[in-house]
Amino acid sequence: MEDKKKSRAPVSQQSFKVEKPTDLNTIGGTVTVELNEKKVSVPFGTTILEACRDNQIHIPTLCHHDDLCVAGVCRVCVVEVEGMRTLQAACAFPITSPIKVKTSTSDVRKARRHVIDLMLSEHFGECYSCIRNNNCELQSLAEEYGVDGYTFGHVTKPTYEKDLSSYSVIRDMSKCVLCKRCVRTCIDLQEVGVLEAIDRGDKTHIGTFLEKPLADVICINCGQCINRCPTGALHANDPSDEIWAAIEDPKKHVVIQTAPSPRAAIGECFGLEPGHSMTYQLNSALKRIGFNGVFDTNFTADLTIFEEGTELIIRLFKALVQKDTSVALPQFTSCSPGWVKYIEHFYPEYINNLSTAKSPQQMFGAILKTFYAQQIGIDPKDIVSVAVMPCSAKKFECNRPEMNSSGYQDVDFGLTTRELAKMIKEAGIYLPEMPKQHFDTPFGDASGAGLIFGATGGVMEAAIRSVVEFVTGLKVEDVFANANVIPVRGFEGVKYYEIPIAVVGPVPDILKHLVPDWNWLKGATLKIAVAHGTANAKKVMDDIKSGGKFSECHFIEFMACPGGCIGGGGQPIPTSLEIRKARAKAIYEEDESLEIRKAHDNPYVTMIYEKFFTEGPCGHLSHKLLHTHYTPRGKYIS
Amino acid sequence: MEANSIKQKRTGIVLFSEYKRGEGISKALEIGRENILFEVRSSKLKGRGGAGFPTSTKWMLTAASKADEKFIICNADEGEPGTFKDRVLLMEYPELVFDGMVIGGFTIGAKVGIVYLRGEYEYMLSFLEDYLEKMRKDNLLGKNIVGKNFDFDIEIRLGAGAYVCGEETALIESLEGHRGESRNRPPYPVNRGFNGCPTSVNNVETLASVPHILIKGGDWYAKVGTDKSAGSKLFSISGDCKKPGVYELPWGTKISEMLKLVDAPSAKAVQVGGASGICVPESQFDRTFAYEDIATGGSIMIFGKNRDMLKVLKNFMEFFVEESCGQCTPCRIGNVKLLEGVEMIEKGEFTFDYINKLKDLGKSMQIASKCGLGQSSPNPFISILDNFKDEILNKIEAK
Ligand SMILES: Cc1cc2nc3c(=O)[nH]c(=O)nc-3n(C[C@H](O)[C@H](O)[C@H](O)COP(=O)(O)O)c2cc1C
Ligand code: SF4
Ligand code: SF4
Ligand code: SF4
Ligand code: SF4
Ligand code: FES
Repeated sequence: MEDKKKSRAPVSQQSFKVEKPTDLNTIGGTVTVELNEKKVSVPFGTTILEACRDNQIHIPTLCHHDDLCVAGVCRVCVVEVEGMRTLQAACAFPITSPIKVKTSTSDVRKARRHVIDLMLSEHFGECYSCIRNNNCELQSLAEEYGVDGYTFGHVTKPTYEKDLSSYSVIRDMSKCVLCKRCVRTCIDLQEVGVLEAIDRGDKTHIGTFLEKPLADVICINCGQCINRCPTGALHANDPSDEIWAAIEDPKKHVVIQTAPSPRAAIGECFGLEPGHSMTYQLNSALKRIGFNGVFDTNFTADLTIFEEGTELIIRLFKALVQKDTSVALPQFTSCSPGWVKYIEHFYPEYINNLSTAKSPQQMFGAILKTFYAQQIGIDPKDIVSVAVMPCSAKKFECNRPEMNSSGYQDVDFGLTTRELAKMIKEAGIYLPEMPKQHFDTPFGDASGAGLIFGATGGVMEAAIRSVVEFVTGLKVEDVFANANVIPVRGFEGVKYYEIPIAVVGPVPDILKHLVPDWNWLKGATLKIAVAHGTANAKKVMDDIKSGGKFSECHFIEFMACPGGCIGGGGQPIPTSLEIRKARAKAIYEEDESLEIRKAHDNPYVTMIYEKFFTEGPCGHLSHKLLHTHYTPRGKYIS
Repeated sequence: MEANSIKQKRTGIVLFSEYKRGEGISKALEIGRENILFEVRSSKLKGRGGAGFPTSTKWMLTAASKADEKFIICNADEGEPGTFKDRVLLMEYPELVFDGMVIGGFTIGAKVGIVYLRGEYEYMLSFLEDYLEKMRKDNLLGKNIVGKNFDFDIEIRLGAGAYVCGEETALIESLEGHRGESRNRPPYPVNRGFNGCPTSVNNVETLASVPHILIKGGDWYAKVGTDKSAGSKLFSISGDCKKPGVYELPWGTKISEMLKLVDAPSAKAVQVGGASGICVPESQFDRTFAYEDIATGGSIMIFGKNRDMLKVLKNFMEFFVEESCGQCTPCRIGNVKLLEGVEMIEKGEFTFDYINKLKDLGKSMQIASKCGLGQSSPNPFISILDNFKDEILNKIEAK
């Protein structure tokens, strides 16, 4: 049975996970059931829904989501189980005895249609004016059940005011069908707990703590709830109109950076199967739309490796050699703004462990309005900087008041994958057929190290590829076959890994001013960990708090979203483990196809340290432009 | 307050008959689990909270469920409109209820019993606590009960006032500190209930019947009532009659007999089973209270000649619209639609076609809702509109 302590969701919102037998050949390991008169044998504890899916029987669902625990509340999945007085929710019914199931009796069809009719009667929205048109599960259900009118009427006015307070997530509860996927996402998948059903009966609605606007509660802006909302009730705060206006304004120089994850996923918005990277097609599409410069966020991801890696070396040197006990270790990555806000709310006492390095998005923003502006001779005030991100939290991040070290707001707009796809469609472009084109100068194409930032473990792998070479003087390929650091890859919630440092090499030029030699690292073991999804982050943090094994780590990568950025809250809908795996695969394949796969081999990074950040990583200018600070927020909101 | 000081003079075949405090407990601990289960089984006792599940089976399943901790919960939420029999049992016959709990706890292997007391019954709290204290003093609770090496204690928790919290899984959610929402079943509480542990939830009256069964024997109890409905039942009778109150009657009693007893000569309808029950018209007054005919948790409302049945229905539907936990679609929105239908009839703005569609909807609600509330909430809509079609139609024509 599922460990109930692990979940914060009420049991009414949890599944009854029957432990499936490991050996199906044991007595009772399988159960023979009849599905529409067909006898099949299923593992003990399989739900009716799973059993039907495995046997090509389609059952409509709405509140069910493969990533989430079962709610059993929408009731569109009802089926008949022989001998039971009422219909049963297929998603919530574990098979533990030889039952007989019928999935399409007249009672079943009628009940499903009634449920859909009822939902539509209270659903305020017209599909053609809705962000989820053609990508909405309610709409599909209505189509599937041949809804051609409103049997029980239809609301003609919005029932709730929209909550527009958040930079990241907009809540339009008039379109909510109370499937509670967002609630379960937030409390159970992410363990944040912002949303809950409030009031009873016909007044029931999804609300926040004391019904406060989303911007004023502990929402970390991860957008995971958006990705799992079946309707248009939740969506990201879309800046595309402002971006169009900037593009059309001849005085503005509009530049855009694209992150690797949107490139690996945006094809899905154009009907491609998950797992097709569109990096170079996107470049030409963006130019055609009218962006003046198209850049690769991976450039600053490579730069992040330098800044964050250097910071780690400084911390380790201070702690191990200078015996400075004030140094906060393990160092935490800081490139996921959802994670950053999570730690600010839930573990504010640990914000000193966060790397002060900005995220790649924000580094790029600062560089574009300083170095780049100088290079092309444009007043930074006329630069409009857009970032295509897989992420809704990036919208909040670029609006953080401290993110203006260039003298202007470093990044003006965070645009999600979905929103960019919409802009491309509006421009009359079918992305998959666009010609391939490289990124613009002076930042060019970046390394594969920056690219794999998009998947969980990627930052760690990129860091390892550089740190191993810096410290040991060996080729990373000699340590990890083909430079693939497999132990930090994959979708396991928390990964832990140790790298013994047996030999040390000479200190590379770029770090010479920081450490005299590496002898102090000889014989040491570098302990690292990777966690994705804030629920997993929580496990690691609680372990650190109680002095467990993770407290002895040196460096930990945290990503707020399950799967890392490829599973971000701005990515195409739907999402599932299979889809996230396919996107990750696309990223790793692209990495392997590249000539340059290590951040320190990126010639443009070398160039910018030579030309601009002349004091090297963690120098004065880089501190000013590439580093930031955090705000302890706490959980209690006034 | 002296425990028995407010006891009225009541008489009845089982519950309202003589019983000596602690007697059932001693007997139970003497004869052991198997024999208790045997007696309860032969008594054919079914749950009195409304669902009518055989009590011996529930206890057997809980007993058979492997776990370190188990619980017995006394459901004293008594939220069904028109019922107040559990209140009488708790205030006048606490020895039956608590002895029943101890016996049940012993049978299933629980060390803790919890009474989930309706919020409105807070005034009973000090009386009941005092009573429990007295039991502890007399070694009927606590460690080594009556010297038989059995530890058990009872705590009382106050409910939060929602009708749905009487539904056993919503009750458990509420006890755990969550919103009162019913859970998915399976798993049933007997396998995974309070705090994830096997839990038997029993109605006050069910528990109160057990000590008598042990003392007088299961066979004796099974002889009361009818073949399929063994024993007696408490009825909370209210409405248009001269002698409202709580009555103990054997199962199989006719509605007409009951009406005579409470002196209600001008009744035109009887709502059996509270808001979620069914409305029986005069033409069917020879029907009986029995699991095989009209099953009920005991709420009886009598409507006299002058009652407006549409208003009665509207009251019920308003109750459900408000009391639905709001979790599942059929109940949350379905009840609103049914209420709107009643309002349409009230205003005379309806078509028969639409009313039939609503009845159809009601039937879907009965089978597709997640818990008993939504499954039974269309009952009054369907039964009142079916049985009082003429009255409601005449009313429209009169307009
Ligand atoms: C909406 C709803 C309300 C209920 N309210 C009560 C109640 O107030 N008291 C009660 O004993 N059972 C109530 N029940 C029945 C319980 O779910 C459960 O079946 C009962 O407590 C089991 O005890 P029994 O087997 O002794 O009847 C209610 C059920 C539903 C669906
Ligand atoms: S949420 Fe879905 S059904 Fe509703 S208006 Fe939008 S597309 Fe249509
Ligand atoms: S954005 Fe993330 S934290 Fe905010 S409500 Fe949604 S799931 Fe919860
Ligand atoms: S906001 Fe979306 S996910 Fe949340 S309950 Fe409503 S429809 Fe479901
Ligand atoms: S039937 Fe009603 S009370 Fe029961 S779970 Fe559904 S909404 Fe809640
Ligand atoms: S999908 Fe099963 S109840 Fe919603």
